[in-house]
Amino acid sequence: MGLLSSSVSVTRYKVNGRIQNPVIETITSGLKKNVIQDVDGEDANTVVGWTDFDDPFQPKFESSSLIVGPYLIFSMRMDKKSIPAKVVQKNFAIESAKRLAKNLKTFLSRNEKKEIKDQVIRTLTLRIPATPNVYDAIWSHEQESVWLFTHQKTACEAFETLFFKSFNLSLIRYFPFTMADLLCGLEAVQRDTLSRLTPTRFAG
Amino acid sequence: MLDVSVSYNRYKFIGYEFLTWLWYVIENDKDILSDSESPGALVEIGNRLVLQNHLTHTVETITIKGDDAGLEEAYMALQKGAVVTEINLSYKSEEQIWRFCLKGESLGISNLKTPDTAPIEKKEDIEGAILEKGYLYEKLFSFLDKTFNRFIRLRISEAWSTNIVPDIQKWIRSSERK
Repeated sequence: MGLLSSSVSVTRYKVNGRIQNPVIETITSGLKKNVIQDVDGEDANTVVGWTDFDDPFQPKFESSSLIVGPYLIFSMRMDKKSIPAKVVQKNFAIESAKRLAKNLKTFLSRNEKKEIKDQVIRTLTLRIPATPNVYDAIWSHEQESVWLFTHQKTACEAFETLFFKSFNLSLIRYFPFTMADLLCGLEAVQRDTLSRLTPTRFAG
Repeated sequence: MLDVSVSYNRYKFIGYEFLTWLWYVIENDKDILSDSESPGALVEIGNRLVLQNHLTHTVETITIKGDDAGLEEAYMALQKGAVVTEINLSYKSEEQIWRFCLKGESLGISNLKTPDTAPIEKKEDIEGAILEKGYLYEKLFSFLDKTFNRFIRLRISEAWSTNIVPDIQKWIRSSERK
């Protein structure tokens, strides 16, 4: 879901720590080091990496497209190969029949079945192209905040991991407790009260 | 700070109470949602409201949806002890309208539709569009953060149990007559 779409979902983060100077060069270098790799024709199933917001299939990370006003704009791409279970089932049946005929046997052992199934999945993974999913992100370096334009659990988790790997900075997801703790400017006594809250019963 | 997953689950109820308080404020005390940065800001309940009752043995979920849906069943659920777990809102400021859904447990924003922005006709328009969208997102987030801040300060104050909760209970009871 793109940040310019007519309807978006947003996950907001606080960046925990400061990136080292020079900021733009450090960020560009982090993005380039973990750029998305093509997995078509390889046996990898899923790959995650950074890409350009305006050219997600040929990323270059030029500062002209990366920096927009106070924002750093980039995207995470997650390419995944999904093999339908019935396709695996069909190819497994064909390969099993071939093996039985070749060895003049009437049944296959559990290990043989597993070996055939693994081989079928490997072969299919090589042949099937990966489906790309692109998730846009805005990093406001001054405000130490990042907005990721999705709520998908797997995408958020992959984004948090990739961000840490690339910039050596962790992200704290905003939800009720972290918002209260990090955004409300509470003093130590108020923080203590916050941590001891229990649910209110409104129905009197 | 507490472990993230522990604090997420342990304090989900803060988000539910925030949304329930927000509904109460929208119906009874809209002015407190305005401030110097958003004078005359108007917040209204949109076309979806989800409540959950955790007081029963099994969690009961009540969903009200539709542009002209009545809220009678939602009031009834409140009377039985439910809290708001998801709400669709419209936020109006300076003749511009944002529409979005807020989920209580995460305060995640989904289905966010900002006010209309200039159309993108050529590649050079993209930068302007990002800046415009960025400004519109920031404006909404700033409003939500301030409103949440107001709620949290009330929630951890003595006024919560002495004034606010009795007022909300009075509102819930008065809805029986609606």
